[in-house]
Amino acid sequence: MHPVIAALFLPLLGAVLVRAGAVRLVPSGAARLATAAVGLAHLFSWAAFFLMLSYAPGGRIHDLDLFPLMQIGEVGISFLLRWDPLSQIMLMVVTGVAFLIHLYSVSYMEGDDRYPYFFADLNLFVFSMVLLVLAGNFLLLFAGWELVGLCSYLLIGFWGAQPVAASAGLKAFVVNRIGDAGFIIAILMMAGTLGSLDYTGVFAGAPHVFLRGSGSALLLALLLFCGAMGKSAQFPLHVWLPDAMAGPTPVSALIHAATMVTAGVYLACRCQPLFELAPASLYFVAWVGAFTAVFAGTIALAQRDLKRILAYSTVSQLGLMFLAVGVGAHGAAMFHLFTHAFFKSLLFLGAGAVMHALGGELDVWKMGGLARPLKWTFWCFLAGALALAGAPLTAGFFSKDCILFAAFMAQPNGRALWLMGLAASALTGLYSFRAVWLVFGGTPRVKRAHEPHDPPALMRWPMAALAVLSLVAGFLWLPSWTHFGPFGRFLEPVLGLSGHYAPPRAEEAAMAFAVAAFLAGVGAAWGLYRRGAQTVKLVGGRLKPLHRVLFNKYWVDEVYRALVVKPLFRTAGRMESGIDRAGFDEAAEGTAGTALESSTEGRKWQTGHTGHYALAMALGAAGLAVLVYLVQTWVLP
Amino acid sequence: MTLGLLQLLAFWMFACGVAGVVIRRSPLAVFMSIELMLNAANLLIVLGSGNAGMEAAASAGLAAVFILIALGAAEVAVGLAVMMAMFREGKGASLDQATGLKG
Repeated sequence: MHPVIAALFLPLLGAVLVRAGAVRLVPSGAARLATAAVGLAHLFSWAAFFLMLSYAPGGRIHDLDLFPLMQIGEVGISFLLRWDPLSQIMLMVVTGVAFLIHLYSVSYMEGDDRYPYFFADLNLFVFSMVLLVLAGNFLLLFAGWELVGLCSYLLIGFWGAQPVAASAGLKAFVVNRIGDAGFIIAILMMAGTLGSLDYTGVFAGAPHVFLRGSGSALLLALLLFCGAMGKSAQFPLHVWLPDAMAGPTPVSALIHAATMVTAGVYLACRCQPLFELAPASLYFVAWVGAFTAVFAGTIALAQRDLKRILAYSTVSQLGLMFLAVGVGAHGAAMFHLFTHAFFKSLLFLGAGAVMHALGGELDVWKMGGLARPLKWTFWCFLAGALALAGAPLTAGFFSKDCILFAAFMAQPNGRALWLMGLAASALTGLYSFRAVWLVFGGTPRVKRAHEPHDPPALMRWPMAALAVLSLVAGFLWLPSWTHFGPFGRFLEPVLGLSGHYAPPRAEEAAMAFAVAAFLAGVGAAWGLYRRGAQTVKLVGGRLKPLHRVLFNKYWVDEVYRALVVKPLFRTAGRMESGIDRAGFDEAAEGTAGTALESSTEGRKWQTGHTGHYALAMALGAAGLAVLVYLVQTWVLP
Repeated sequence: MTLGLLQLLAFWMFACGVAGVVIRRSPLAVFMSIELMLNAANLLIVLGSGNAGMEAAASAGLAAVFILIALGAAEVAVGLAVMMAMFREGKGASLDQATGLKG
């Protein structure tokens, strides 16, 4: 059997076994089973990786047809897996990060009433995500797409007894539906005009039907991007992601930072041939990405909830990835996706360790001085924050630099996009080190009931592993003058060369600007948050209006409430009283009433005594017999 | 002559059955009356098939009788189950109490 097939179905097997045995298994057994399933899947993904390396770069794109699924008119659909460098990288990232987070959860979720169910859902998520990245046609991709959405809903609402968690899950689901509507229409467009949903067939046939630069090509690309915007929380569909933090922290780390939310970026990379048919759509992608990166970055500056800071940071980083896609640097987008998966999940796991130490406290203004008691957590979190902010030589530095340089070289609008990317980078440094100083620096700002301590080993080691990856993963793709970029070269068969012609010294200059942005951001954080009390005065004084705007997230939620939610509820209320009650209910009840009244006489015949019925039957039969006799004797002759 | 008498017997049995179903209050008695009617019908079929004087008709009649006997057996199974249910509900003593179909 092919290793990717094992990697796909092992987590599903784990999910089924854990769920079926949830009542009987001891909790630790359920956790072990689920973790082992994902760990094995990760090992198989390495096997697949080495198998792929044994092929020549040109022969690394494979379609694995497992079995036919259905035939709809002309369109035949089978369970088709696409195994190429792009899906291979996603497969390894997803299973690897998922394995570490499973390990972390074993300890983090301990004592929860629904401990086995958590692992069953987490395993199901891993299966869905792997299905999404390995799918070889758009229908399977969509199935994975919706399944990860379902798992996200289930896991956000894992503590569904709390109304916040339940409504956050619902919000995530509903907002994603808006994006998915576009995605479904795009899939139907392809099925209807191209007669195939397999990647091979679609990418081969699309240029003949969706002519380059035509309106239909633009429509198709924008509809696909609509789906990506929902899943990857791009403005204006970003509102669900911060609320999704109501779920358990490992879920935020796995689903809402490292894997599921990057599915939109993966989709955009996968559908690169389709986007390239409509160059205008790429400008749109780039501008939405750049705007979201800056927009979410500013919001992250003023949030008090540690997990929300990280959530807005995720939105902002996803914006940078879309910026890269928009300027045609798909490899850079994938590289940032790759490094971001490590350092962002690390930061979330660190936030989980802080919550663990402080009894669930999330308000950064009530923390402080945790560097000493939480040594291990502090160093890991710091590594993650450095990588996120793009400190030189960390993973985030190289991947962000790839994106910024690609934007710098892009035509047209390159310089404007580059400046926005640079601003987003500076903001990243500011908000991530604001979080570091407020959480770990200074002295405790509130009195603590008991001394906080580092989490147990099972939570520490996954964090340490991710911290190492956050620091070194960037070396897989160094700037072009070094001629060392195995990551980019590996992806080349699928995404093409994402390098641009660079005038001499341009890359070094762009890198210098990126370092300057990092230093500016971290310096501003140092100046502002080194001493918490002064900042409070500043925020209370001159910066108060700005702080209010940012703290309230530009009132996007309020705008949605006023423009969409309330009118919808009002209309629904009117429909209910006007049409449902007065129309349908009245009609149904009126008919029933008439029938009831008209049957008053008839009902008296129904005595309920079997004898009466039997007599009626006997008399009827006798009457029939007489009738037949009469007809035969008198009428027929 | 014998044929006529036997036919009369069948009519009489059937009439007794009908009267029993209509008049009797005990479910068990009603049940027996139904069986009486079935047997009356069986008797008529046997008489008719024997009288036709044809091999095919004779075997067809016998087959019909067997089908009717099987029908009766099936009816016993269902009917007894219904009666058990009625006894459980405490309505087994008299059919007058089972008036669930009253309008």
